[in-house]
Amino acid sequence: MSTDTPGARPAGTLSVVRALLRKELLVELRTLESVPGMSLFAVTTFVVFHFALNRNSVDGDLAAGILWVTLLFAAMLGVNRLFVADADQGGFDGFLLAPVDRSAMLLAKALALLAYLVVLELVAVPAFGLLLLSPPLGRALPELIGVLALADVGIAAIGTLVAALAVRTRARDLLGPLLALPLLVPIVLGGARASSPLLALGHATGPAGRWLLTLGLYDLVFGLIAYALFDFLLED
Amino acid sequence: MTAVADGAVSRKPTAEPGSAKRPDAVFGKGLRALSISTVVVMAIALGLVFFWVPLEADQGFLQKIFYVHVPLAIVSLCGFVVGGIFAIQHLRTREQKWDFRSYVAIHMSLIFGVATLITGSIWAKGSWGHWWEWNEPTLVSFLIVFLLYATYQPLRFAIEDPERQSRYASVFAVTAGAFVPLNFIAVRASTQFLHPRVLGATSNLPWQMSLTFVVSLVGMALLFTTLCKYELTVKHTRAQLRALRRLAERRAGTATSATPPPRGRSAAPSLHATAMTAHSPGASSPERLG
Repeated sequence: MSTDTPGARPAGTLSVVRALLRKELLVELRTLESVPGMSLFAVTTFVVFHFALNRNSVDGDLAAGILWVTLLFAAMLGVNRLFVADADQGGFDGFLLAPVDRSAMLLAKALALLAYLVVLELVAVPAFGLLLLSPPLGRALPELIGVLALADVGIAAIGTLVAALAVRTRARDLLGPLLALPLLVPIVLGGARASSPLLALGHATGPAGRWLLTLGLYDLVFGLIAYALFDFLLED
Repeated sequence: MTAVADGAVSRKPTAEPGSAKRPDAVFGKGLRALSISTVVVMAIALGLVFFWVPLEADQGFLQKIFYVHVPLAIVSLCGFVVGGIFAIQHLRTREQKWDFRSYVAIHMSLIFGVATLITGSIWAKGSWGHWWEWNEPTLVSFLIVFLLYATYQPLRFAIEDPERQSRYASVFAVTAGAFVPLNFIAVRASTQFLHPRVLGATSNLPWQMSLTFVVSLVGMALLFTTLCKYELTVKHTRAQLRALRRLAERRAGTATSATPPPRGRSAAPSLHATAMTAHSPGASSPERLG
């Protein structure tokens, strides 16, 4: 969109993103709709895993699997809520009326989702270490944080695109996870394979470089895809 | 999903007599030649498979499913990617016909995908003794891709507004089309132990097997193209027929009112009778796989 009036300067994308992100976080802080639910869900899921598997402690592949499945499904809750307020209460219309770059919304929403995921992991990972993990968490933590950060970027990019795709359909709560889960399989795969040696009892080796590479490339490609396609979802 | 797709392209057809009757609006041009060549190539391929190509030493007769399963899989994956390319065209040009083609390509690829999974399972059962084999990355990634595309129809189905439906479906088709190769790379990287297989690599096959495989692949691609063209033709013809019928009703004064008929529950893209007139079918047939 261009501004025809000579006096008005189009707002820079960065400041728009900052404003939108601030609004997102403020809304979340005031309503507490997503993050507490996601965190609580994750902790409850650990408890469910304890009973379902009949194990008091886990390590290695099993630990990585439990951690990633839990984080993935908790992230789904956030993805499902991400655009609901905008769709139901006219947030999209307000945004479309403003003469700003539409990609700003993608960036702001993805950053907001990223922030939710970080908070979720701040709760879920220590809880996991406390409740289920048998090797001490502290040793694995620095490398695990790196893996989680890479995966979070991918989840945020794909999650935002899928959330925007699903939010204005009937049965959006169903379509969101159905669309997102297959798209996130490579992220879970990379994340789980990279973190399983970290969570093993011996803690022999660090994460294999190729998994980090896979995650990084996947983040990059889907970041670009989301950037290229997001505008088309906002056209009415 | 066929039931859904066949469930009528029943969007209010804007009846414009000129466009509906125009002969070049017929979609099925070249269909006869295409059908005949498909039948011939498929017959040659099956003849080669059953009567000519030597038995494989390890697996014997079972290995012959290779000439059906692998072409099915390749054609189906290519169809998904082609659907994504059509979707890019749709997003760029906003012409309904590209969405229509994208829909048909993905729809047909889904059907081919079911066939791929079934033949793959039969092969896995025969050679490894299990119906499913997680160590085979190609099989696993195909399943993931299939599961993703299985949400294509529900997504279309869940959006009421035809314009937005085709736009969102195109966004999905582009994303998923890009996901196909990425997913294969990621899953392949995940498998430590690769089965020593001949999949795709025709170089280390005896030449009879390579030749048979290539002929089967061409036959399958032709079959895909022909079926797509048939679906395009049928849907287009049906839409035109509806438009003409409504026009006739209006002329006879028996039309109930100006309100359009109730829209059927359909995931197929809305196809106005006028939507196709910009398209000249003689120029090219882009739904051909090559």
